[in-house]
Amino acid sequence: MATRGHLGNLFCSSSAWEILNCILFWLHNQTKSPTPPPAKYGGRHTVTLIPGDGIGPELLNHVREVFRFSCVPVDFEVVNVNSALETDDDMNNAITAIRRNGIALKGNIETKHTMAPSVKSRNNLLRTSLDLYANVMHCQSLPGVQTRHKNIDIMIIRENTEGEYSSLEHESVSGVVESLKIITRNNSLRIADYAFKLAREKGRRRVTAVHKANIMKLGDGLFLQCCREVASGYPDITFDSMIVDNTTMQLVSKPHQFDVMVMPNLYGNVVSNVCAGLVGGPGLVPGANYGNAYAVFETATRNTGKSIAGKNIANPTAMLLASCMMLDHLKLYDHATMIRHAVLKTMNETRVSLPSLKGLSPHLPLCHEAHWSLF
Amino acid sequence: MSPAVMQTVTLIPGDGIGPEISSAVMKIFEAAKAPIRWEERNVTAIKGPGGRWMIPPDAKESMDRSKIGLKGPLKTPIAAGHPSMNLLLRKTFDLYANVRPCVSIEGYKTPYTDVNLVTIRENTEGEYSGIEHVIVDGVVQSIKLITEDASRRIAEYAFEYARNNQRTSVTAVHKANIMRMSDGLFLRKCREVAENYKDIKFTEMYLDTVCLNMVQDPTQFDVLVMPNLYGDILSDLCAGLIGGLGVTPSGNIGANGVAIFESVHGTAPDIAGLDMANPTALLLSAVMMLRHMGLHDYGNKIQTACFDTIRDKKVLTKDLGGNSKCSEFTAEICRRIQDMA
Repeated sequence: MATRGHLGNLFCSSSAWEILNCILFWLHNQTKSPTPPPAKYGGRHTVTLIPGDGIGPELLNHVREVFRFSCVPVDFEVVNVNSALETDDDMNNAITAIRRNGIALKGNIETKHTMAPSVKSRNNLLRTSLDLYANVMHCQSLPGVQTRHKNIDIMIIRENTEGEYSSLEHESVSGVVESLKIITRNNSLRIADYAFKLAREKGRRRVTAVHKANIMKLGDGLFLQCCREVASGYPDITFDSMIVDNTTMQLVSKPHQFDVMVMPNLYGNVVSNVCAGLVGGPGLVPGANYGNAYAVFETATRNTGKSIAGKNIANPTAMLLASCMMLDHLKLYDHATMIRHAVLKTMNETRVSLPSLKGLSPHLPLCHEAHWSLF
Repeated sequence: MSPAVMQTVTLIPGDGIGPEISSAVMKIFEAAKAPIRWEERNVTAIKGPGGRWMIPPDAKESMDRSKIGLKGPLKTPIAAGHPSMNLLLRKTFDLYANVRPCVSIEGYKTPYTDVNLVTIRENTEGEYSGIEHVIVDGVVQSIKLITEDASRRIAEYAFEYARNNQRTSVTAVHKANIMRMSDGLFLRKCREVAENYKDIKFTEMYLDTVCLNMVQDPTQFDVLVMPNLYGDILSDLCAGLIGGLGVTPSGNIGANGVAIFESVHGTAPDIAGLDMANPTALLLSAVMMLRHMGLHDYGNKIQTACFDTIRDKKVLTKDLGGNSKCSEFTAEICRRIQDMA
């Protein structure tokens, strides 16, 4: 691996295979015996897998390899979505599969905005149909990654179903387009409640609501008011608020003042991307979308990465950490910890070109033989 | 330097620290012998005959006459009775473009070096249309308005600015994957205008990608053009990269040749009247104003004196890391200017 810093980007200077091999190496080191444990009968989970476009398929292949190697009792039901089609059949299949299994791991589905405006973003459709109202991103500085700011630890909770992403637009007069941003009391209360519950669960001290209520007095004003109402029920947690433009400015100069942040949809998009950039880039941060009944895991910044697809340089870290979050959700804590540990160990290594792995990169099955025989 | 014709500029000191930083700027201009005659006006909103809020008529008359304005910070209350003062000014003079050049200041260290970009934000419509309704109890709808004319106008300004200031590329920032029709329209207009400016490179980028890349490597950006809300967020993000609103200049360009340059920080009521304020932002905005008026020599002289003072680190206000008063900082800049003559 050329330099530590490069691992932070969406693509890395080493090949993704090399990184994957390192992760498998560390995983192997953690297992006590070379014989895989027997899978429990009926103890296997089925998870929907949506490869998506761009780097999605290759990242999810890495996840499958790592799961296979670690004998994770998860089977994947793969559902492909063709973003070039204008009909919604593919998406309906995907949504039905997720309803069936309850959990999904997905890559980003490209939204070609050359198509008619009636063809909405597929990712958005998935989130709203399944009512995945909370997008959670835990932004942590990772060891071994060079960034301008160190020791960042921010949790971002973003309302995932309404706000600016309501996809309600019309051209009332030729040349004049109106786009509606919807804020509802129910959804604002719901996301605020989720944020405070999560903060309490994780032992966090402060929740900051991000808004623009000085300009959008009714819409963001309602959001802020709901946050305040919920905050009054959690006296052990400090609540404050900050206007979104000031928030981005503070994030790039003094990010350590933030603990947990809760906000409507679009500001969540901006803030989560800023934070992902601060801790080292889109290739590092996992994201999760939670609803009352379903959960979907993906990379936090939801990049399609078309320009680097198929070149074996996409950074698998974010998707692997997302799969660990998924395993935690499935209560497979041991597997999650094992894989997470292997990923972080790989990142922290200065020289990853271990002699035993050199030259084996593209041949993963050979790799396995090498592992079993070496140790 | 041959004596130039005196030009009138409407000065709006503003609230909080506004009056003290305005007088600092006036002192520095006097030291530089800049040919500017200041006309001070107050813009506190008053209710007009029709019941609509408006700025006082004498302020409007002064601006219409002089065409150039310099403004300090104004109070913007949350959920108050009258609209934001800044919004009112924008509507009155149709200030459609907000221009914020963000250049790293040597001597004021931030984690980001070599920042040199300009954000050009559409300032009249978009998410700040101010049109909101309560549909039913507990459901609020805010309307984001994007029009063909405004989008074309801001795109044209952005490319003109790039050409006049020797910038090489213009990037349109949007979220057309989610807001297909509105941001799609904005993007289409930008593309059309780009056709007439083949000498300038035109690119498009999603707002989230811009944010992501901006905090990792801001040197890849040059001129950014975008609708209102994204512009608000991004221009403040870029200001944060170079050191905050206390050192960031800003200009608003309107129809009919009107231009108002302003400092974009708050009124800082906690330090108002204590001679602690930092006049750099207002001063750099005034320099932008001089350049806009064609008085480049005066602008360069004042900017050099200001940057030299900051680089020297001997006389700095508290927010820049020093212990000096506003008046001392101002005096130091004046001294440097006089030494230059």
